[in-house]
Amino acid sequence: MELKGNVPQGDLKEKWIEYRSKMNLVAPNNKRNIEIIVVGTGLAGASAASTLAELGYQVKAFTYHDSPRRAHSIAAQGGINAAKNYANDGDSIWRLFYDTIKGGDYRSREANVYRLAEVSNNIIDQATAQGVPFARDYGGLLDNRSFGGVQVSRTFYARGQTGQQLLLGAYSSLSRQVAKGQVQMFTRQEMLDLVLVDGKARGIITRDLLTGELKRHAAHAVVLATGGYGNTYFLSTNAMFSNATAAWRAAKRGAFFANPCYVQIHPTCIPQSGDYQSKLTLMSESLRNDGRVWVPRHKEDAQAIREGNKTPQDIAEADRYYYLEERYPAFGNLVPRDVASRAAKVACDQGLGVNQTGKAVYLDFESAIYRYGKSKAHMEGYENPDKATIIKFGEEVVSEKYGNLFEMYEKITGDNPYKTPMKIYPAVHYTMGGLWVDYNLQSNIPGLFVAGEANFSDHGANRLGASALMQGLADGYFVLPYTIGTFLAGEIRTPKFETSLPEFARTERETKERIEKLMNIGGNQTVDSFHKRLGKVMWENVGVARNAGGLEKAIKEIKEIRKDFYEDLYIPGSADGINPELEKATKVADFLELGELMAYDALNRNESCGGHFREEYQTEEGEALRDDKNFAYVAAWEWDDGGNHIMHKEPLKFEFVELKTRSYK
Amino acid sequence: MKLNLKIWRQKNKHSKGKFEIYQVDANEHMSFLEMLDVLNEQLVAEKKEPVAFEHDCREGICGTCGMVINGRPHGLLQGTTTCQLHMRFFKDGDTIVIEPYKAKAFPVVKDLVVDRSSLDKIIQAGGFVSINTGQAQDANNIPIEKEISSKAFDAAACIGCGACVAACPNGAAMLFTSAKISHLGLLPQGAVETDRRVMRMVIQMDKEGFGSCSNIGACEVECPKEIKLTNIARMNRYYYKSAFASDN
Repeated sequence: MELKGNVPQGDLKEKWIEYRSKMNLVAPNNKRNIEIIVVGTGLAGASAASTLAELGYQVKAFTYHDSPRRAHSIAAQGGINAAKNYANDGDSIWRLFYDTIKGGDYRSREANVYRLAEVSNNIIDQATAQGVPFARDYGGLLDNRSFGGVQVSRTFYARGQTGQQLLLGAYSSLSRQVAKGQVQMFTRQEMLDLVLVDGKARGIITRDLLTGELKRHAAHAVVLATGGYGNTYFLSTNAMFSNATAAWRAAKRGAFFANPCYVQIHPTCIPQSGDYQSKLTLMSESLRNDGRVWVPRHKEDAQAIREGNKTPQDIAEADRYYYLEERYPAFGNLVPRDVASRAAKVACDQGLGVNQTGKAVYLDFESAIYRYGKSKAHMEGYENPDKATIIKFGEEVVSEKYGNLFEMYEKITGDNPYKTPMKIYPAVHYTMGGLWVDYNLQSNIPGLFVAGEANFSDHGANRLGASALMQGLADGYFVLPYTIGTFLAGEIRTPKFETSLPEFARTERETKERIEKLMNIGGNQTVDSFHKRLGKVMWENVGVARNAGGLEKAIKEIKEIRKDFYEDLYIPGSADGINPELEKATKVADFLELGELMAYDALNRNESCGGHFREEYQTEEGEALRDDKNFAYVAAWEWDDGGNHIMHKEPLKFEFVELKTRSYK
Repeated sequence: MKLNLKIWRQKNKHSKGKFEIYQVDANEHMSFLEMLDVLNEQLVAEKKEPVAFEHDCREGICGTCGMVINGRPHGLLQGTTTCQLHMRFFKDGDTIVIEPYKAKAFPVVKDLVVDRSSLDKIIQAGGFVSINTGQAQDANNIPIEKEISSKAFDAAACIGCGACVAACPNGAAMLFTSAKISHLGLLPQGAVETDRRVMRMVIQMDKEGFGSCSNIGACEVECPKEIKLTNIARMNRYYYKSAFASDN
């Protein structure tokens, strides 16, 4: 079956405006009688829930946290893109669109990406009006910085806590609607299944994480804004409980899962230090504005550092290999994430890695400190400042820009990055794939909408830095509240749904049986032990670089882990009350299926694009080799309970941009 | 390093809790929560129930984690959440006492988990700017002095973990509430409704059972984001202005 994206006709620049002006609306008196469930209260969920409530819909919002303010959007550090051109450096909506579609290696829908660029400016205005304290310059206006894969400064930021401030803005809007009674807020409720009535999404089953009780919730439509599936890898920069269950449960009810193999591996994370490690911590991409990435040029030096016989300061400038600057002179340290991650892996595979495990490269601020220090000393009236003065001033400037990130690094590692370079290594960070949606953000199940990282739509095969916050808020504030009307306009005569319908009872029963099955295995191994095994297989075979042999091996191994899981899992306690082990088990059960699908998708895609690098498909210089003739499509997978998977293709048509080889040289 | 852990175990909010002693083998590179993970893996392997504690991002920003470690919310380290506290600050053979937050407005749910929904209620009472999503004016139309914006940011950095309440002998939420009131009150976008906001939030704070402020300052010391006491002073100024100067 060929999937249709339902992209409106017309010129790229007019599509959204035209469409929005002519789409069916729901009148205010009807909105009052329509209920919408929004699952997840991160940037996409909180912004969608509050905006839908402002429009007059009755909203039920769900989070498994104790408060809607804790979603993992809060941890986004670097910034949010917009095409304001405040920096007067030639930016425009077209350029943001173009950078984003090119950055995604031409594997996303033109019209979606253009719309994203179009509404980007509204987001900055909206957030500022909410009181989000974006960084400002001395003139009182908003400041910008640069991110990877672009040559303009279009990233708005709030120190290294941009995600936090934007989420708190959305959370405050949500809180206002909760106070008004327009949003009914359900905390500590985890969605465990989707309820379909006559083929349309009409409700969810949740588990109350305090009492263990299963609950039924009904509405006219369901919005999933439940984030990505990076935790399939066990170790990632995601929060501990970030998971794919809501999305995967929808997939098991018939929603298609698109491009699961597109995973973003972020180049600048704090390297792993031991097996007990529970998560990896990101160091914002913004650091690559000023940090220079290097490894020793000679293996002997790298080995001496690993053995503790040399320090980075012992390596002379000429013996340092600034591999990004040398290989990609046009973008240097600001190449996109996929390119930087692969380059780090290549350097470490060559034996040039710098910590005990050999899996780390340096991110060095020495020259930035010196450069800023000289400038500041000059401003302060020093004619011939000595080195100590320059460094003092330089550290002040760097602290103002990245202070909280430097502190976080020191807290975790015990090293002071002002004095010695940071050690970094790639880690799983974001998933571009997700539930398939059309231009309206509606999945193939009528009434099921998907927003933010949970959908697949805007980032193609690689997401550019500072674009996740943009997409989450674009979906929630400015796209979904309109497009959901195209479905709901046909539902104004549909009365509210009762949870006593047999469809709800059946879905609840199936959920209960799933939980009982897990509780009754009565084996000997912990959930984490299975999750770690899965993570290792995923990282080694479905990670930075993939090949057919490895992917086939991964599929076989994941099936084995899944079999062991259902035979030898042990969950203590009971299902009636707080049970963190049970909560983990339901998530890992789903990762064990999704992980397999990720490997199938990677195996099917016989090309290299963005975050998906197949070793068989590369140029002589080791760059990704795309195959537009055969793979310019979205792979949307259907998965049934027997583990059978069927692919549906949505061809990607490029009417307005020319497909080029992505070069950052 | 070998550690003795004295941990508060409580089945649910109705039952009585008590301390239990555990031994755990940790290493200095672990975070505090990773050390608890090791304990829980050990307990599950012995088919015992693991210790319930809340956590999520493990990078000091979501505000989910929080427990009292050796008598101090988030432990001994200044400006640090529990998840960012590392074991290199402890010694082999140490006994560590771990308890849930203790405050009237934060009932214990299980072991180290408490109910902090009262903080959300304070925000719902007025911790927002009353605008709908829509055609807000251009973000650069209102210049804001860098210093002011920076001060607003310092207050906005609050992660809502509740350590300030747990640290306060009165169980007050003054630092939390004043941080939001200061953040919005300092900015022109939020200043418009300061009078209404401060009244509503303070009333809600009392309704939720939080205590009052007697200028002890423990909240500032324990705040993992180092939110300043001056925010409370600012909130009081706003409050008196609202109470006495309005013509309601």
